[in-house]
Amino acid sequence: MAKYVFGILVANKFGVLTRVSSMFTRRGFNIDTLTVGETQSPELSRITVCMMGDEYAKSQIIKQLDKMHDVKQVQVMERDETVTRELLLIKIKNDSATRQDVLAAVDVFRSKIVDYSPDALCIEITGETSKINAFIELVKPFGIMEMCRTGLVALERGGNCMSY
Amino acid sequence: MVLIKRIYIRSRKGEIMKLTGAQIIIEALVEQGCDRVFGYPGGQVINLYDELYKNRDRINHIITAHEQGAAHAADGFARATGKTGVVIATSGPGATNLVTGIATAYLDSVPMVAITGNVPCNLLGRDSFQEVDICGVTLPITKHNYIVKDVTELADTIREAFRLAKSGRPGPVLVDVPKDVQCALCEFENAVVAPAFESPKADSEDISKAVEMICESKKPYIYCGGGVISAAASREVMDFAELIDAPIGCSMMGLSAIPTSNERFLGMQGMHGHYASSMAQSEADLVIAVGARFSDRATGKMSVYVRNCKVLHIDVDDAEIDKNVTSQLGINGDVKETIRKLVAAVSKQSHPEWMQRIEELKKEEKAKLESALKNSPSRKCSDCAVNCANTDIPAENRLHPYTIIDTISEHADKNTIVVTDVGQHQMWTAQRYPFEKIRTFISSGGLGTMGFGMGAAIGATIATGEKTVLFTGDGSFGMNLNELATAVSQNTPIIVVIMNNGVLGMVRQWQSLFFDKHYSNTTLNRKTDFVKLAESFGAKGIRVQTKEELENAAKEAFAADGPVVIDCLVDCGEFVLPMLPPGGSIDDIITEVHGGEI
Repeated sequence: MAKYVFGILVANKFGVLTRVSSMFTRRGFNIDTLTVGETQSPELSRITVCMMGDEYAKSQIIKQLDKMHDVKQVQVMERDETVTRELLLIKIKNDSATRQDVLAAVDVFRSKIVDYSPDALCIEITGETSKINAFIELVKPFGIMEMCRTGLVALERGGNCMSY
Repeated sequence: MVLIKRIYIRSRKGEIMKLTGAQIIIEALVEQGCDRVFGYPGGQVINLYDELYKNRDRINHIITAHEQGAAHAADGFARATGKTGVVIATSGPGATNLVTGIATAYLDSVPMVAITGNVPCNLLGRDSFQEVDICGVTLPITKHNYIVKDVTELADTIREAFRLAKSGRPGPVLVDVPKDVQCALCEFENAVVAPAFESPKADSEDISKAVEMICESKKPYIYCGGGVISAAASREVMDFAELIDAPIGCSMMGLSAIPTSNERFLGMQGMHGHYASSMAQSEADLVIAVGARFSDRATGKMSVYVRNCKVLHIDVDDAEIDKNVTSQLGINGDVKETIRKLVAAVSKQSHPEWMQRIEELKKEEKAKLESALKNSPSRKCSDCAVNCANTDIPAENRLHPYTIIDTISEHADKNTIVVTDVGQHQMWTAQRYPFEKIRTFISSGGLGTMGFGMGAAIGATIATGEKTVLFTGDGSFGMNLNELATAVSQNTPIIVVIMNNGVLGMVRQWQSLFFDKHYSNTTLNRKTDFVKLAESFGAKGIRVQTKEELENAAKEAFAADGPVVIDCLVDCGEFVLPMLPPGGSIDDIITEVHGGEI
């Protein structure tokens, strides 16, 4: 089992996300994260899917995606040639006993406080999945009230682009 | 490419007139060369049906008894001709009734366009009367589907639907048109019918690798699937087999691609395949799969299937390559073109020992078949209470399923289209009927849809005008026999041959062999009189119990213009043999059964 990241350019149309995501379910592949958003061209959206799987799953997914009419291009984002980022918003208890520790963690992880209230601190952090995971582990003892992460987005390094 | 004359519909003043969405659907269908559609009217397609009325000289709409029948008819139409079948239904239940038909076409890669009405756009998403999200429902069973909410996109959407349905690996496409879109006005201009999207082409490197594999092989075996029929590549495959000196087997979907009389043809492989075909596959050192997808029913246990052979897989759909079987080489390309390239590149091969072995296997098959038939239970049926045993009839005069198929095929000619439902009768037909011409065998393979036959037979005979025989069982026929009404109203020359054994034979066979003869809900205890039933529908009905009676009935049926139902009483203890048990392999092949025991 390995972690695969797929970049998928799709028609920016009603229902395309369902088509793509339901194919994963139908074929028995488990999505870890999925993000979607419009691209520089309003006709196209870009979906980034991250999943654990084997070589078989990888090749089937590429082929099955490739067959879909609304899918314009599929690319496996190779780890070494890809910039990946994830964004986390996390709300932590604002407690005088732990506040300094939280602020230190925010500083070290180069994240930032985006909301401050007497009972809660809301923190935004961006980075690779491992960094996000490390941060969550670190602040866990301080009392995570709620959190929300975007899942992975990925772009190839250098001048090569997915285009259609 | 068909060039359609450009017709502008102009008003008296000469400006281009606007058409309603419903009119645009008609024009777009005619533009695609569609002159026959199947369907059923309803509230949300009433505008479209008004246009069908006005355009009845351009498009013949065949009204079925049920939308499922219409979907199967469009499917049968497409399978018999290779053209795209069209079915129309209203919203809600009309649309959901198409679902089994669409899934059947999807699993067997049949080009089909389904047009459904829906509630007006402002009522969508409100659980309005007869509203259903048919695009959501059919998402996993269509190549693609559309809901058209803007009339200006309607014509191009229908064009694209047809284009997708027939491109590459064919399949069904659904276009959902809300009622207000059918009423809305828009300018329409005829367009040239776009050719199918280009199929992938085998690259020359792969061809050289394939040639290497073929030349290394001492025991090659060609395995044809439905893709050979879609690509009309029968000639190419036969030439190829001749060139590389290989036998040809097929999946059920590949039946009729290769004439039964071809000496290299061993018939269907797999769960109920021919002994020689399955054995040859298991002994081969190279299986060349052509437009086939290695369905579990065709292969049996996969690890055994590939234990002696390399696999060379040729398919137009890249996703099939390495999906069910990991091939040593997969060539993604149009089947016809790829085989042509191989024929051009391979030198003449000769495998006298292997072909000698094939002859032995054929002989073994013959002997096993004879022995199985000798011990066949077309005799007293002792272990059930079904009124099917021909107990008073001497054994040699009883109707074994093969006798029925042989008798009918003797009266038929090579153009006769043979349709089946699903179950034992289907397997017997697939095993026994001597198909000589491509697209003369129409059966639900992938989905295994009982009730497929009546609709498909209507579609096939309306498409071709040919005499059509439907082999069915009392179970399958019972599912959609309402379409007998359509067969009568259309006066279609369909001969319905019911292998009536009073039980759901295929499931019963499994219960006999693997479930301690617990005949759970497979003994029907019905009192349906199929002769009277046929007559009440306005068809001819004949009951037969012996060979002579069948002979006479067949004569009468083939001479008739309209539909005839022949109710053949057969023994419920008959098994489809050979059989690879579910999950089993060629090592577990059952070729003979005694008193319901292996």
